[in-house]
Amino acid sequence: MSTSLARRQPLGLRIALYAFVVIWLILAAFPFLWTLWGSFKVELDFFSLSNWTDALTGPRTEAVYGKPFTGAGYEGAWVQEEFWRAVLNTSIVCFCVVCISLTFGTLGGYALSRSGYKYVFWLLIIALIFRALPQITLVSGYLQPFFAWNLWGILPTTIIVLVAINQPFTLWMLHSFFTKIPIELDESAKVDGCTQFQAFRHVIIPVMWPGVITTGLFSFLLAYNDFAVAAMLLSEENRTMVPAIAAFLGTTQTEGNVMFAVAAVVSATAPLFVLVMFFQRQIVSGLTAGAVKG
Amino acid sequence: MKHRTFFWFFLPTGLAMLLFIALPIISVVTQSLYAPHEAVLSIVENCGPFGCKEETTVDQAATEALRAAEPLGRFVGLEIYLDRGHLAVQEVSQLWASEPTWSSFFSRLGNLPFYRAMSFTVTYVAVVTPMVIILGLMIALAVNSLHRHLKGLVIFFSLLPFIVPPLIGSLILFWMVDSRGVFGTFLQYLSGDPNLSLKASTALTWIMLMVYGIWHSAPFAFVIFYAGLQTVPQDTIESAVIDGASRWEQTRYVVIPHLMPLVTFVALIQLMDNFRVFEPIVGFKSEAHATSLSWIIFNDLGGETRLLSSAATTSVLTILGVAILLSPVLVRTWRDFNAKAH
Repeated sequence: MSTSLARRQPLGLRIALYAFVVIWLILAAFPFLWTLWGSFKVELDFFSLSNWTDALTGPRTEAVYGKPFTGAGYEGAWVQEEFWRAVLNTSIVCFCVVCISLTFGTLGGYALSRSGYKYVFWLLIIALIFRALPQITLVSGYLQPFFAWNLWGILPTTIIVLVAINQPFTLWMLHSFFTKIPIELDESAKVDGCTQFQAFRHVIIPVMWPGVITTGLFSFLLAYNDFAVAAMLLSEENRTMVPAIAAFLGTTQTEGNVMFAVAAVVSATAPLFVLVMFFQRQIVSGLTAGAVKG
Repeated sequence: MKHRTFFWFFLPTGLAMLLFIALPIISVVTQSLYAPHEAVLSIVENCGPFGCKEETTVDQAATEALRAAEPLGRFVGLEIYLDRGHLAVQEVSQLWASEPTWSSFFSRLGNLPFYRAMSFTVTYVAVVTPMVIILGLMIALAVNSLHRHLKGLVIFFSLLPFIVPPLIGSLILFWMVDSRGVFGTFLQYLSGDPNLSLKASTALTWIMLMVYGIWHSAPFAFVIFYAGLQTVPQDTIESAVIDGASRWEQTRYVVIPHLMPLVTFVALIQLMDNFRVFEPIVGFKSEAHATSLSWIIFNDLGGETRLLSSAATTSVLTILGVAILLSPVLVRTWRDFNAKAH
């Protein structure tokens, strides 16, 4: 880009901008790096009364384990507290939620984008209202029937609830995505004798993947990040990661256990780190897809 | 698309939303009108060597039978809405009569659980939403003027606070602002008070929660505004430059008006998300100083005694709050839609 003289930034502004970005970067990234580093220390180093640099150098960790790093927090969390169970549960829940909610959402979003009737508007508005409801308000409605029908505490119940909570957002996103696919594509397929479903199956499905992958990322994040629903609807052995970490906090009075929670938090953040690394473009485009349209 | 085809396509998602969103709302509203059964008491005459005594005992069998027969509880109408744990009509009218000034009235009002939660929730929404928009806009403007090789890296790190689960994000910050953590120590050094603890003071706890909220949501606003900045019409900027507009004037009169629809969008999403503020309160263990509506519901539902009716009532009040919050948007959408139709 050739910058004209009139639009070149003066040096002072340039420095100010860089300084601001650097400060923001530190604010955004430093807590994660700090916690990652500290998770390999003992509690008395990470939460040091005498000197904050202990968390960096780890003198007490060295005194106990002979070297300034220790995996004791991870061992405690994963083996002693069986955090692997929560990881497994989260994987199951996330996988099922993403698959089911994309299947439902694709069909529904496609129908909404191809129908010109007035109820489409109302369905989208209702979805928006549902999106606005705090999830915890719905949970108080689930408990009574789930207890009565013996559905409480198991993974499938939570999966279907998360799918339902996920639907409004998925519908909005896929609706705006499908509207961008020209309707002429399925019209011409129908002229050639396809039914609506065949047109969807043979013409739309092959071209829909970019939008579906983006939406899937957000479904995944919703299922992964959920605390209110999983904490209320799952029994102890079926807990997913976030409620499991919350449960660690209740039992952290004895020394060392806080580090279990720190290690678990780092373990739960790591997959997201990788996710952002690989799918940054999709996440950004997904966030903006709703906005640019609305 | 024919109605019939539409129906079949929409059925799975519609059914999911009907069963797990619409019906629970109805169930919550119903539940909020019923209170749990009280224990059935029976009076038994107990005769011993020193004569007969009448004793009141809980008739477990009859209580169980009653609870099984009517699982919803007994119908009490709006009683739960008006009790001390919710709208506290009686207490409020007493305070209204007894407190001489507005400030003492509001400070006493803050002792009632519902109003306490409400005041934090509303303050949180009112502070965090505009701050997120302003900070997001500033970051977007700054990043947009960077060299393009740096942009990707900055966006990567910026996304992290937004993408992690709110509970985990708040725990990470909580450990750092702990009086033995790195940031807590730094604050103690700044203030010169070695005993400063953010957790001990109500005002500092509120500020801490709001700072967390801004930290968590600013990346979202940033990404949206950043995308909007890529579509700013360059011709308009050119002509503004020719007309002698300064850098600030270009931003103020060309860029910001261009981003206005996005500001509305971010504000809408942030209003909805901030109103449900909940995980930070658990993460920061701040319930002694700040509670939110969602936290009250969670607290009622958890533990050994599941206060379903009380939680349902708070839920209905929260849903009403969301409806009030969203009503301007809905009215506007409705007008736009009608304008389009004509």
